[in-house]
Amino acid sequence: MRKIITFLFLAILGYYMVNLMNQIPFGEDRMNVGRYYLENTVSETGSVNTVTSIVVSYRGFDTLGEVTVLFLAATGLGAILFDKRGKKRRKQHASSLVRTTSKLLYPLIVLLGAYVFVHGHLTPGGGFQGGAIIATGVLMMYMSYRKFETNHKALTIIESVAGLTFITLGMTGLILGQTFLENFLPLGTPNTLLSAGIIPIIYSAVGFKVGAELTGVLDTLLKTIR
Amino acid sequence: MIYYITSIALILIGMYAVLVKKNLIKMIIGLSLVDGGLHLLFIAIGYVDNKTAPIFSKESLTAADMVDPIPQALVLTAIVIGLAVTAVALAIIIRLYDHHKTLNVNKIRELKW
Repeated sequence: MRKIITFLFLAILGYYMVNLMNQIPFGEDRMNVGRYYLENTVSETGSVNTVTSIVVSYRGFDTLGEVTVLFLAATGLGAILFDKRGKKRRKQHASSLVRTTSKLLYPLIVLLGAYVFVHGHLTPGGGFQGGAIIATGVLMMYMSYRKFETNHKALTIIESVAGLTFITLGMTGLILGQTFLENFLPLGTPNTLLSAGIIPIIYSAVGFKVGAELTGVLDTLLKTIR
Repeated sequence: MIYYITSIALILIGMYAVLVKKNLIKMIIGLSLVDGGLHLLFIAIGYVDNKTAPIFSKESLTAADMVDPIPQALVLTAIVIGLAVTAVALAIIIRLYDHHKTLNVNKIRELKW
């Protein structure tokens, strides 16, 4: 019975969604604000990656909220799963092939993550992606070495310093310029690493923060499961 | 057009999983599918024929050669929020399992609908 109702509901929903999408032709140029961003991003922010300049500069305040949501999720996860006794994880290690490979790959994956977030204003990438890549490397170490531990104090310090950097840069923009997160550093030549003013600094801070937070999330989740 | 159909299909499959499945983990997988379908739909709406990613990596590229950057920036935000939602939901499921020793929604009395 419930399946029939669900199918009916989904059929109606699907019909109307397809109908709606029929009115939006695929692949047609219908930019309004996007046009402005594309034409002015290099001269206004110095960043060649338009998506990065929107996320960090034009809508930087939104990104601060996003980072806060991620922080709240990590904290909430810790609060929900907190266990005073601390369950012991199983002792058995992965096979030596997996262990050796992950030991070799771990620094390279962290390096790739750092590359992705440092070059966020030049290539498709940025703080969130780079942080996620770093957390993937840590997850690989957790999977192959049962005794692998991360330093919780260090994670907290990295996270706080990164968050504070973001807010301090925003406030400095407010003091030296007119708006929160205003670009007060020289823009430099586009398409070089040291360009775009505060954008690479903020994205690196976001990368550190996301990496530390996701590592903390993985750590809490893994410690709960035996 | 195929992108629209695929993303709508993904959304509907996710909704089906959320509404019909009894296992809580499968419902969370359904939520993630809805998420993924929505992201794909956003990107597909922002696509413009024969244009490239909004990155001025070469001198020859101009603003007229690029797709709409706004849906991409919005989806970047939405992916992170989706990750946070999934993580918190899984944490709540772990606690529910500890309490009720089951993942079946029908056997967890407080969640019956």
